[in-house]
Amino acid sequence: MSKAEKEIFDAAPWHGKTKQYDFIKEGVIAVVVVALIVTFFSFLMGSPDDKPLTFKGWAVSNSDNFYATTVQELAGTSGTATYGAPYNKNGQGLNIGPLWLQRWAGVTRPIDTVNDFVIAPLSTQVMSTDIANAVSTWNAAPVSQQKTWATSYDDAITKVEGKISAVATGAYGPVPALAQGLTDMAKAGALDAALLSQGGFFQTDNTKQILFFGDGSYLDDAGTAANLQGGTWGMMNETGRYPGQAWLWLYSFWYQIPPFTNENSKPIGANADAYIMAIMGVMSLGLILIPIIPGIKTLPMRIPIHRGIWSEYYKSQGIKRSKRR
Amino acid sequence: MSEMWTAQLRKKWQKNLPIEKLLPDDQPAYVASWIYVFGVLTLSALAIIIASGIVLAFEGPAWYHYSSVGKFVNSTHFWSVQLFFVFMVIHLWGKFWMAAWRGNRMATWMTGAVAFVASIATAFTGYLVQTNFDSQWISFEAKDGFNSVGVGAWFTVTNLGQMLLLHVAFLPLILGVITVVHVLMVRKRGVVPPIDADATNTEVRS
Repeated sequence: MSKAEKEIFDAAPWHGKTKQYDFIKEGVIAVVVVALIVTFFSFLMGSPDDKPLTFKGWAVSNSDNFYATTVQELAGTSGTATYGAPYNKNGQGLNIGPLWLQRWAGVTRPIDTVNDFVIAPLSTQVMSTDIANAVSTWNAAPVSQQKTWATSYDDAITKVEGKISAVATGAYGPVPALAQGLTDMAKAGALDAALLSQGGFFQTDNTKQILFFGDGSYLDDAGTAANLQGGTWGMMNETGRYPGQAWLWLYSFWYQIPPFTNENSKPIGANADAYIMAIMGVMSLGLILIPIIPGIKTLPMRIPIHRGIWSEYYKSQGIKRSKRR
Repeated sequence: MSEMWTAQLRKKWQKNLPIEKLLPDDQPAYVASWIYVFGVLTLSALAIIIASGIVLAFEGPAWYHYSSVGKFVNSTHFWSVQLFFVFMVIHLWGKFWMAAWRGNRMATWMTGAVAFVASIATAFTGYLVQTNFDSQWISFEAKDGFNSVGVGAWFTVTNLGQMLLLHVAFLPLILGVITVVHVLMVRKRGVVPPIDADATNTEVRS
Protein backbone atom coordinates (compact mmCIF):
# COMPACT_ATOMS: atom_id res chain seq x y z
CA MET A 1 0.00 0.00 0.00
CA SER A 2 1.49 3.33 -1.08
CA LYS A 3 1.53 6.39 1.15
CA ALA A 4 -1.37 7.89 -0.79
CA GLU A 5 -3.39 4.67 -0.55
CA LYS A 6 -2.69 4.46 3.17
CA GLU A 7 -3.89 8.04 3.62
CA ILE A 8 -7.12 7.19 1.78
CA PHE A 9 -7.51 4.05 3.91
CA ASP A 10 -6.99 6.01 7.15
CA ALA A 11 -9.52 8.63 6.05
CA ALA A 12 -12.20 6.14 5.05
CA PRO A 13 -14.86 4.90 7.47
CA TRP A 14 -13.69 1.84 9.40
CA HIS A 15 -15.00 -1.42 7.93
CA GLY A 16 -13.29 -3.76 10.31
CA LYS A 17 -14.41 -5.19 13.61
CA THR A 18 -16.32 -2.90 15.93
CA LYS A 19 -17.52 -3.16 19.48
CA GLN A 20 -20.19 -1.54 21.58
CA TYR A 21 -19.08 1.76 23.06
CA ASP A 22 -21.29 3.81 25.37
CA PHE A 23 -20.11 7.42 25.13
CA ILE A 24 -22.73 8.80 27.47
CA LYS A 25 -21.94 6.27 30.17
CA GLU A 26 -18.22 6.90 29.75
CA GLY A 27 -18.78 10.67 30.00
CA VAL A 28 -20.94 10.43 33.11
CA ILE A 29 -18.46 8.13 34.85
CA ALA A 30 -15.60 10.44 33.88
CA VAL A 31 -17.37 13.51 35.28
CA VAL A 32 -18.14 11.69 38.53
CA VAL A 33 -14.60 10.39 38.91
CA VAL A 34 -13.03 13.79 38.19
CA ALA A 35 -15.50 15.49 40.53
CA LEU A 36 -14.58 13.07 43.30
CA ILE A 37 -10.85 13.63 42.83
CA VAL A 38 -11.36 17.40 42.75
CA THR A 39 -13.51 17.31 45.87
CA PHE A 40 -10.95 15.16 47.67
CA PHE A 41 -8.09 17.55 46.97
CA SER A 42 -10.25 20.60 47.67
CA PHE A 43 -11.18 19.33 51.13
CA LEU A 44 -7.74 17.99 51.87
CA MET A 45 -5.58 20.85 50.62
CA GLY A 46 -7.78 23.83 49.73
CA SER A 47 -6.18 26.34 47.39
CA PRO A 48 -3.39 28.92 47.62
CA ASP A 49 -4.31 32.32 48.98
CA ASP A 50 -1.43 34.28 50.47
CA LYS A 51 -2.59 37.74 51.43
CA PRO A 52 -1.59 40.53 49.03
CA LEU A 53 1.27 42.78 50.06
CA THR A 54 0.39 46.34 51.01
CA PHE A 55 2.27 49.61 50.95
CA LYS A 56 1.63 49.82 54.66
CA GLY A 57 3.39 46.52 55.19
CA TRP A 58 6.31 47.69 53.07
CA ALA A 59 6.68 51.10 54.74
CA VAL A 60 6.39 49.64 58.24
CA SER A 61 8.66 46.63 57.75
CA ASN A 62 11.32 48.32 55.63
CA SER A 63 10.85 52.04 55.98
CA ASP A 64 14.25 52.96 54.53
CA ASN A 65 13.66 50.96 51.36
CA PHE A 66 10.25 52.51 50.80
CA TYR A 67 11.71 55.98 51.44
CA ALA A 68 14.65 55.39 49.07
CA THR A 69 12.31 54.04 46.38
CA THR A 70 10.19 57.19 46.67
CA VAL A 71 13.31 59.28 46.09
CA GLN A 72 14.11 57.18 43.01
CA GLU A 73 10.63 57.85 41.66
CA LEU A 74 11.26 61.59 42.10
CA ALA A 75 14.75 61.37 40.59
CA GLY A 76 13.56 59.32 37.65
CA THR A 77 15.97 56.46 38.39
CA SER A 78 13.52 53.73 39.42
CA GLY A 79 12.73 50.71 37.29
CA THR A 80 9.39 52.17 36.23
CA ALA A 81 10.80 55.65 35.56
CA THR A 82 13.42 54.23 33.19
CA TYR A 83 11.28 51.43 31.72
CA GLY A 84 10.23 52.76 28.33
CA ALA A 85 7.13 51.56 26.48
CA PRO A 86 4.32 51.10 27.26
CA TYR A 87 4.72 53.39 30.29
CA ASN A 88 7.04 56.18 29.12
CA LYS A 89 9.77 57.04 26.63
CA ASN A 90 12.63 56.93 29.12
CA GLY A 91 14.01 53.59 27.98
CA GLN A 92 14.40 52.06 24.53
CA GLY A 93 12.88 48.72 25.51
CA LEU A 94 13.99 45.26 24.42
CA ASN A 95 14.64 44.14 20.91
CA ILE A 96 14.97 41.01 18.81
CA GLY A 97 17.67 41.94 16.35
CA PRO A 98 16.29 44.76 14.25
CA LEU A 99 12.79 44.34 15.70
CA TRP A 100 12.07 46.93 18.39
CA LEU A 101 8.52 45.73 18.98
CA GLN A 102 8.29 47.16 22.50
CA ARG A 103 9.21 50.66 21.38
CA TRP A 104 7.15 50.45 18.20
CA ALA A 105 4.02 49.55 20.16
CA GLY A 106 4.31 52.95 21.82
CA VAL A 107 3.31 54.45 25.16
CA THR A 108 -0.22 53.22 25.74
CA ARG A 109 -0.29 53.27 29.57
CA PRO A 110 1.51 56.52 30.42
CA ILE A 111 3.02 56.70 33.89
CA ASP A 112 4.83 59.72 35.28
CA THR A 113 6.43 58.37 38.44
CA VAL A 114 6.91 61.83 39.97
CA ASN A 115 3.29 62.83 39.81
CA ASP A 116 1.50 59.48 39.70
CA PHE A 117 3.50 57.82 42.49
CA VAL A 118 4.39 60.75 44.77
CA ILE A 119 2.90 64.20 44.22
CA ALA A 120 -0.67 63.18 43.28
CA PRO A 121 -1.09 60.70 46.18
CA LEU A 122 0.32 63.26 48.66
CA SER A 123 -2.08 65.86 47.30
CA THR A 124 -5.09 63.66 48.08
CA GLN A 125 -4.32 64.00 51.80
CA VAL A 126 -4.80 66.72 54.34
CA MET A 127 -1.12 67.57 54.50
CA SER A 128 0.88 68.93 57.38
CA THR A 129 2.39 72.38 56.83
CA ASP A 130 5.82 70.88 56.14
CA ILE A 131 4.51 68.52 53.50
CA ALA A 132 2.21 71.13 51.95
CA ASN A 133 5.15 73.53 51.69
CA ALA A 134 7.34 70.82 50.20
CA VAL A 135 4.73 70.02 47.54
CA SER A 136 4.31 73.73 46.75
CA THR A 137 8.07 74.22 46.51
CA TRP A 138 8.44 71.19 44.27
CA ASN A 139 5.60 72.23 41.97
CA ALA A 140 6.91 75.79 41.71
CA ALA A 141 10.46 74.75 40.81
CA PRO A 142 11.64 74.25 37.23
CA VAL A 143 12.06 70.65 36.13
CA SER A 144 15.85 71.02 36.01
CA GLN A 145 15.90 72.14 39.63
CA GLN A 146 13.59 69.28 40.66
CA LYS A 147 15.92 66.87 38.92
CA THR A 148 19.01 68.31 40.63
CA TRP A 149 17.47 68.06 44.11
CA ALA A 150 16.16 64.52 43.64
CA THR A 151 19.24 63.16 41.89
CA SER A 152 21.58 64.59 44.53
CA TYR A 153 19.52 63.01 47.27
CA ASP A 154 19.23 59.72 45.39
CA ASP A 155 23.03 59.63 44.95
CA ALA A 156 23.54 60.42 48.63
CA ILE A 157 21.25 57.56 49.65
CA THR A 158 23.01 55.17 47.30
CA LYS A 159 26.35 56.23 48.79
CA VAL A 160 25.29 55.08 52.26
CA GLU A 161 23.64 51.92 50.82
CA GLY A 162 20.13 53.01 51.61
CA LYS A 163 20.57 53.81 55.29
CA ILE A 164 18.53 57.02 55.41
CA SER A 165 19.71 58.14 58.85
CA ALA A 166 23.30 58.12 57.57
CA VAL A 167 22.72 60.41 54.58
CA ALA A 168 24.88 63.52 54.69
CA THR A 169 23.13 66.87 54.69
CA GLY A 170 22.97 68.61 51.36
CA ALA A 171 20.97 70.74 48.96
CA TYR A 172 18.10 68.35 48.46
CA GLY A 173 15.32 70.95 48.45
CA PRO A 174 11.88 69.56 49.38
CA VAL A 175 12.77 65.96 48.42
CA PRO A 176 13.37 64.64 51.99
CA ALA A 177 10.07 66.12 53.14
CA LEU A 178 8.19 64.62 50.16
CA ALA A 179 9.75 61.20 50.74
CA GLN A 180 8.99 61.34 54.45
CA GLY A 181 5.44 62.51 53.73
CA LEU A 182 4.79 59.58 51.39
CA THR A 183 6.41 57.13 53.83
CA ASP A 184 4.13 58.37 56.61
CA MET A 185 1.16 58.15 54.28
CA ALA A 186 2.03 54.57 53.38
CA LYS A 187 2.55 53.65 57.04
CA ALA A 188 -0.94 54.96 57.79
CA GLY A 189 -2.34 52.65 55.08
CA ALA A 190 -3.56 55.47 52.85
CA LEU A 191 -1.30 54.99 49.82
CA ASP A 192 -2.79 51.78 48.37
CA ALA A 193 -6.17 53.38 47.71
CA ALA A 194 -4.65 56.73 46.69
CA LEU A 195 -2.61 55.08 43.94
CA LEU A 196 -5.61 53.16 42.67
CA SER A 197 -8.21 55.89 42.83
CA GLN A 198 -6.43 58.45 40.66
CA GLY A 199 -8.80 59.66 38.01
CA GLY A 200 -12.16 58.68 39.34
CA PHE A 201 -14.49 56.70 41.53
CA PHE A 202 -14.51 53.40 39.64
CA GLN A 203 -11.04 51.92 39.19
CA THR A 204 -10.01 48.42 38.18
CA ASP A 205 -6.44 48.99 37.01
CA ASN A 206 -3.71 48.14 39.52
CA THR A 207 -0.81 48.93 37.22
CA LYS A 208 0.54 51.86 39.24
CA GLN A 209 0.43 49.94 42.51
CA ILE A 210 2.13 46.89 41.02
CA LEU A 211 4.86 48.90 39.31
CA PHE A 212 5.62 51.00 42.38
CA PHE A 213 5.83 47.81 44.42
CA GLY A 214 8.28 46.31 41.97
CA ASP A 215 10.59 49.32 42.13
CA GLY A 216 11.55 48.52 45.72
CA SER A 217 12.84 45.36 47.34
CA TYR A 218 9.69 44.40 49.27
CA LEU A 219 7.93 42.49 46.48
CA ASP A 220 11.19 40.98 45.24
CA ASP A 221 12.14 39.74 48.70
CA ALA A 222 8.70 38.20 49.15
CA GLY A 223 9.02 36.45 45.78
CA THR A 224 12.42 35.09 46.73
CA ALA A 225 11.14 33.87 50.10
CA ALA A 226 8.29 32.05 48.33
CA ASN A 227 10.72 30.51 45.80
CA LEU A 228 8.99 32.25 42.93
CA GLN A 229 11.95 33.85 41.19
CA GLY A 230 12.17 33.13 37.47
CA GLY A 231 15.79 31.98 37.69
CA THR A 232 14.77 29.13 40.02
CA TRP A 233 11.84 27.80 37.97
CA GLY A 234 9.58 30.21 39.88
CA MET A 235 7.30 30.69 36.90
CA MET A 236 5.85 27.23 37.45
CA ASN A 237 5.95 27.37 41.25
CA GLU A 238 3.10 28.31 43.55
CA THR A 239 2.95 29.82 47.01
CA GLY A 240 2.73 27.33 49.86
CA ARG A 241 2.52 23.61 49.22
CA TYR A 242 0.47 23.80 46.05
CA PRO A 243 1.30 22.79 42.49
CA GLY A 244 1.85 25.77 40.20
CA GLN A 245 1.58 26.26 36.47
CA ALA A 246 3.59 23.16 35.64
CA TRP A 247 2.49 23.51 32.01
CA LEU A 248 4.84 26.52 31.79
CA TRP A 249 7.89 24.28 32.28
CA LEU A 250 9.23 24.84 28.79
CA TYR A 251 8.78 28.62 29.05
CA SER A 252 10.50 28.53 32.42
CA PHE A 253 13.28 26.28 31.12
CA TRP A 254 14.84 28.98 28.94
CA TYR A 255 15.33 31.22 31.98
CA GLN A 256 17.60 28.57 33.52
CA ILE A 257 20.20 28.33 30.76
CA PRO A 258 22.76 30.63 29.09
CA PRO A 259 22.72 32.91 27.24
CA PHE A 260 19.33 33.87 28.70
CA THR A 261 20.68 33.84 32.26
CA ASN A 262 23.54 36.19 31.49
CA GLU A 263 22.46 39.82 31.15
CA ASN A 264 25.85 40.78 29.75
CA SER A 265 25.61 38.29 26.90
CA LYS A 266 24.88 40.27 23.75
CA PRO A 267 22.49 40.43 22.05
CA ILE A 268 20.30 37.82 23.75
CA GLY A 269 21.03 38.10 27.48
CA ALA A 270 19.78 41.63 28.00
CA ASN A 271 16.82 40.91 25.72
CA ALA A 272 16.04 37.49 27.18
CA ASP A 273 12.35 38.24 27.76
CA ALA A 274 11.81 39.14 24.11
CA TYR A 275 13.82 36.23 22.72
CA ILE A 276 12.12 33.69 24.97
CA MET A 277 8.71 35.08 24.06
CA ALA A 278 9.60 34.71 20.39
CA ILE A 279 10.97 31.17 20.88
CA MET A 280 7.80 30.11 22.66
CA GLY A 281 5.68 31.72 19.96
CA VAL A 282 7.52 29.75 17.29
CA MET A 283 7.36 26.54 19.34
CA SER A 284 3.61 26.96 19.91
CA LEU A 285 3.17 27.39 16.18
CA GLY A 286 5.35 24.32 15.71
CA LEU A 287 3.07 22.29 17.99
CA ILE A 288 0.05 23.29 15.95
CA LEU A 289 1.82 22.52 12.67
CA ILE A 290 3.37 19.16 13.68
CA PRO A 291 1.40 17.27 10.99
CA ILE A 292 3.34 19.10 8.28
CA ILE A 293 6.79 19.33 9.83
CA PRO A 294 9.19 16.84 8.16
CA GLY A 295 11.00 14.63 10.65
CA ILE A 296 8.55 15.33 13.46
CA LYS A 297 5.42 14.12 11.71
CA THR A 298 7.01 10.74 11.00
CA LEU A 299 8.47 10.30 14.49
CA PRO A 300 5.48 8.27 15.77
CA MET A 301 5.97 5.81 12.88
CA ARG A 302 9.68 5.41 13.68
CA ILE A 303 9.37 5.05 17.46
CA PRO A 304 6.88 2.25 18.02
CA ILE A 305 5.04 3.54 21.07
CA HIS A 306 1.88 3.02 19.03
CA ARG A 307 2.36 -0.72 19.31
CA GLY A 308 1.74 -0.39 23.02
CA ILE A 309 -1.32 1.79 22.52
CA TRP A 310 -2.86 -0.63 20.00
CA SER A 311 -1.29 -3.74 21.51
CA GLU A 312 -4.53 -5.74 21.28
CA TYR A 313 -4.90 -4.90 17.63
CA TYR A 314 -1.33 -5.79 16.77
CA LYS A 315 -1.65 -9.04 18.71
CA SER A 316 -4.94 -9.98 17.11
CA GLN A 317 -3.55 -9.27 13.64
CA GLY A 318 -0.26 -10.98 14.27
CA ILE A 319 1.61 -7.90 13.05
CA LYS A 320 5.18 -8.43 14.08
CA ARG A 321 6.97 -5.65 12.21
CA SER A 322 5.70 -2.30 11.15
CA LYS A 323 5.02 -1.96 7.45
CA ARG A 324 5.95 1.70 7.30
CA ARG A 325 8.75 3.78 8.69
CA MET B 1 -34.35 29.10 -7.92
CA SER B 2 -31.42 28.41 -5.61
CA GLU B 3 -31.95 26.42 -2.48
CA MET B 4 -32.36 28.25 0.83
CA TRP B 5 -29.19 28.73 2.86
CA THR B 6 -30.85 27.08 5.83
CA ALA B 7 -31.71 23.99 3.81
CA GLN B 8 -28.20 23.88 2.38
CA LEU B 9 -26.67 24.03 5.84
CA ARG B 10 -28.99 21.31 7.15
CA LYS B 11 -28.20 18.99 4.25
CA LYS B 12 -24.49 19.58 4.59
CA TRP B 13 -24.64 18.90 8.32
CA GLN B 14 -26.69 15.73 7.81
CA LYS B 15 -24.28 14.51 5.17
CA ASN B 16 -21.10 15.18 7.13
CA LEU B 17 -22.22 14.62 10.65
CA PRO B 18 -25.39 12.52 10.91
CA ILE B 19 -26.59 11.71 14.40
CA GLU B 20 -25.16 8.18 14.06
CA LYS B 21 -21.69 9.72 13.73
CA LEU B 22 -22.28 12.37 16.32
CA LEU B 23 -23.48 9.91 18.95
CA PRO B 24 -22.42 6.42 17.89
CA ASP B 25 -22.97 3.37 20.05
CA ASP B 26 -20.07 1.45 18.65
CA GLN B 27 -16.39 2.06 17.89
CA PRO B 28 -13.68 0.22 15.96
CA ALA B 29 -12.34 -2.73 17.95
CA TYR B 30 -8.87 -1.14 18.09
CA VAL B 31 -10.22 1.53 20.42
CA ALA B 32 -9.04 -0.52 23.37
CA SER B 33 -6.54 1.46 25.41
CA TRP B 34 -6.70 3.62 28.50
CA ILE B 35 -5.18 6.44 26.45
CA TYR B 36 -8.59 6.96 24.84
CA VAL B 37 -10.08 7.90 28.20
CA PHE B 38 -8.00 11.05 28.54
CA GLY B 39 -9.94 13.02 25.96
CA VAL B 40 -13.19 12.58 27.84
CA LEU B 41 -11.40 13.14 31.16
CA THR B 42 -10.13 16.47 29.81
CA LEU B 43 -13.67 17.43 28.85
CA SER B 44 -14.93 16.35 32.27
CA ALA B 45 -12.37 18.51 34.06
CA LEU B 46 -13.31 21.39 31.76
CA ALA B 47 -16.96 20.95 32.70
CA ILE B 48 -16.06 21.22 36.39
CA ILE B 49 -13.86 24.25 35.71
CA ILE B 50 -16.75 25.97 33.95
CA ALA B 51 -19.29 25.05 36.63
CA SER B 52 -17.08 26.24 39.51
CA GLY B 53 -16.05 29.28 37.47
CA ILE B 54 -19.67 30.32 36.98
CA VAL B 55 -20.24 30.20 40.75
CA LEU B 56 -17.09 32.25 41.36
CA ALA B 57 -18.13 34.75 38.69
CA PHE B 58 -21.48 35.30 40.38
CA GLU B 59 -19.85 35.97 43.73
CA GLY B 60 -16.92 38.07 42.54
CA PRO B 61 -13.13 37.68 42.72
CA ALA B 62 -12.78 38.52 46.43
CA TRP B 63 -15.46 36.11 47.70
CA TYR B 64 -13.16 33.21 48.40
CA HIS B 65 -10.94 35.30 50.67
CA TYR B 66 -13.57 35.54 53.41
CA SER B 67 -16.13 32.78 52.75
CA SER B 68 -15.47 29.13 53.57
CA VAL B 69 -17.91 28.11 50.83
CA GLY B 70 -16.08 30.46 48.50
CA LYS B 71 -12.78 28.92 49.49
CA PHE B 72 -14.11 25.46 48.70
CA VAL B 73 -15.50 26.49 45.31
CA ASN B 74 -12.22 28.25 44.52
CA SER B 75 -10.37 25.07 45.49
CA THR B 76 -12.50 22.98 43.13
CA HIS B 77 -11.73 25.49 40.39
CA PHE B 78 -8.01 25.29 41.19
CA TRP B 79 -7.78 21.50 41.33
CA SER B 80 -9.95 20.92 38.27
CA VAL B 81 -7.56 23.17 36.33
CA GLN B 82 -4.61 21.11 37.56
CA LEU B 83 -6.32 17.87 36.50
CA PHE B 84 -7.45 19.42 33.23
CA PHE B 85 -3.85 20.06 32.23
CA VAL B 86 -2.64 16.64 33.35
CA PHE B 87 -5.37 14.95 31.30
CA MET B 88 -4.91 17.22 28.30
CA VAL B 89 -1.14 16.75 28.15
CA ILE B 90 -1.51 12.95 28.33
CA HIS B 91 -4.22 13.15 25.66
CA LEU B 92 -1.93 15.30 23.49
CA TRP B 93 1.04 12.96 23.84
CA GLY B 94 -1.19 9.98 23.16
CA LYS B 95 -2.47 11.53 19.96
CA PHE B 96 1.06 12.45 18.93
CA TRP B 97 2.32 8.89 19.23
CA MET B 98 -0.76 7.67 17.32
CA ALA B 99 0.06 10.21 14.58
CA ALA B 100 -3.60 11.05 14.92
CA TRP B 101 -3.47 13.61 12.12
CA ARG B 102 -3.43 10.84 9.54
CA GLY B 103 -6.37 10.27 7.24
CA ASN B 104 -7.47 13.85 6.71
CA ARG B 105 -7.41 14.61 10.45
CA MET B 106 -4.86 17.42 10.34
CA ALA B 107 -7.40 20.08 11.34
CA THR B 108 -8.45 17.93 14.29
CA TRP B 109 -4.87 17.93 15.58
CA MET B 110 -4.51 21.65 14.94
CA THR B 111 -7.70 22.61 16.79
CA GLY B 112 -6.55 20.44 19.69
CA ALA B 113 -3.16 22.14 19.78
CA VAL B 114 -4.79 25.59 19.56
CA ALA B 115 -7.08 24.56 22.43
CA PHE B 116 -3.98 23.68 24.46
CA VAL B 117 -2.43 27.10 23.83
CA ALA B 118 -5.75 28.85 24.54
CA SER B 119 -6.01 26.87 27.78
CA ILE B 120 -2.61 28.13 28.91
CA ALA B 121 -3.70 31.72 28.22
CA THR B 122 -6.98 31.20 30.06
CA ALA B 123 -5.32 29.60 33.07
CA PHE B 124 -2.67 32.33 33.14
CA THR B 125 -5.30 35.08 33.36
CA GLY B 126 -6.93 33.07 36.14
CA TYR B 127 -3.75 33.31 38.19
CA LEU B 128 -3.79 37.08 37.65
CA VAL B 129 -7.29 37.56 39.03
CA GLN B 130 -6.79 35.73 42.32
CA THR B 131 -6.44 39.13 44.03
CA ASN B 132 -3.73 37.80 46.35
CA PHE B 133 0.06 37.91 46.60
CA ASP B 134 0.34 35.41 43.79
CA SER B 135 -1.40 37.72 41.33
CA GLN B 136 0.73 40.67 42.47
CA TRP B 137 3.89 38.69 41.85
CA ILE B 138 2.85 37.06 38.59
CA SER B 139 1.56 40.30 37.08
CA PHE B 140 4.75 42.18 37.97
CA GLU B 141 6.99 39.46 36.55
CA ALA B 142 4.91 38.61 33.50
CA LYS B 143 4.49 42.17 32.28
CA ASP B 144 8.11 42.24 31.07
CA GLY B 145 7.58 39.32 28.71
CA PHE B 146 4.48 40.77 27.13
CA ASN B 147 5.91 44.30 27.02
CA SER B 148 9.12 43.07 25.40
CA VAL B 149 7.30 42.04 22.23
CA GLY B 150 4.84 44.92 22.19
CA VAL B 151 1.83 42.87 23.26
CA GLY B 152 1.83 44.54 26.68
CA ALA B 153 0.72 47.77 25.07
CA TRP B 154 -2.79 46.29 24.91
CA PHE B 155 -2.69 43.11 26.99
CA THR B 156 -2.02 44.65 30.40
CA VAL B 157 -1.43 41.92 32.95
CA THR B 158 -1.42 44.46 35.79
CA ASN B 159 -4.93 45.62 34.90
CA LEU B 160 -7.24 43.52 37.06
CA GLY B 161 -10.39 44.64 35.25
CA GLN B 162 -9.06 43.69 31.85
CA MET B 163 -7.71 40.33 33.05
CA LEU B 164 -10.96 39.50 34.83
CA LEU B 165 -13.04 40.16 31.72
CA LEU B 166 -10.69 38.16 29.53
CA HIS B 167 -10.65 35.29 32.03
CA VAL B 168 -14.39 34.95 32.59
CA ALA B 169 -15.73 36.00 29.21
CA PHE B 170 -13.49 36.22 26.16
CA LEU B 171 -10.99 33.39 26.66
CA PRO B 172 -13.52 30.78 27.89
CA LEU B 173 -15.66 31.61 24.87
CA ILE B 174 -12.71 31.10 22.53
CA LEU B 175 -11.67 27.90 24.31
CA GLY B 176 -15.25 26.64 24.36
CA VAL B 177 -15.75 27.21 20.63
CA ILE B 178 -12.41 25.57 19.74
CA THR B 179 -13.24 22.60 21.97
CA VAL B 180 -16.67 22.11 20.38
CA VAL B 181 -15.17 22.32 16.88
CA HIS B 182 -12.43 19.86 17.91
CA VAL B 183 -14.92 17.33 19.29
CA LEU B 184 -17.17 17.65 16.23
CA MET B 185 -14.15 17.01 14.00
CA VAL B 186 -13.27 13.91 16.01
CA ARG B 187 -16.80 12.64 15.57
CA LYS B 188 -16.90 13.49 11.87
CA ARG B 189 -13.61 11.78 11.00
CA GLY B 190 -13.78 8.99 13.57
CA VAL B 191 -10.88 7.61 15.59
CA VAL B 192 -7.68 7.23 13.59
CA PRO B 193 -6.83 3.59 12.69
CA PRO B 194 -3.63 1.97 13.96
CA ILE B 195 -0.48 3.04 12.14
CA ASP B 196 0.02 -0.36 10.54
CA ALA B 197 -3.62 -1.06 9.76
CA ASP B 198 -4.59 -1.56 6.14
CA ALA B 199 -7.00 -3.56 4.04
CA THR B 200 -4.78 -6.63 4.19
CA ASN B 201 -5.39 -7.09 7.91
CA THR B 202 -7.68 -10.01 8.60
CA GLU B 203 -9.81 -7.82 10.84
CA VAL B 204 -10.70 -5.51 7.96
CA ARG B 205 -13.51 -6.56 5.68
CA SER B 206 -13.14 -5.57 2.06
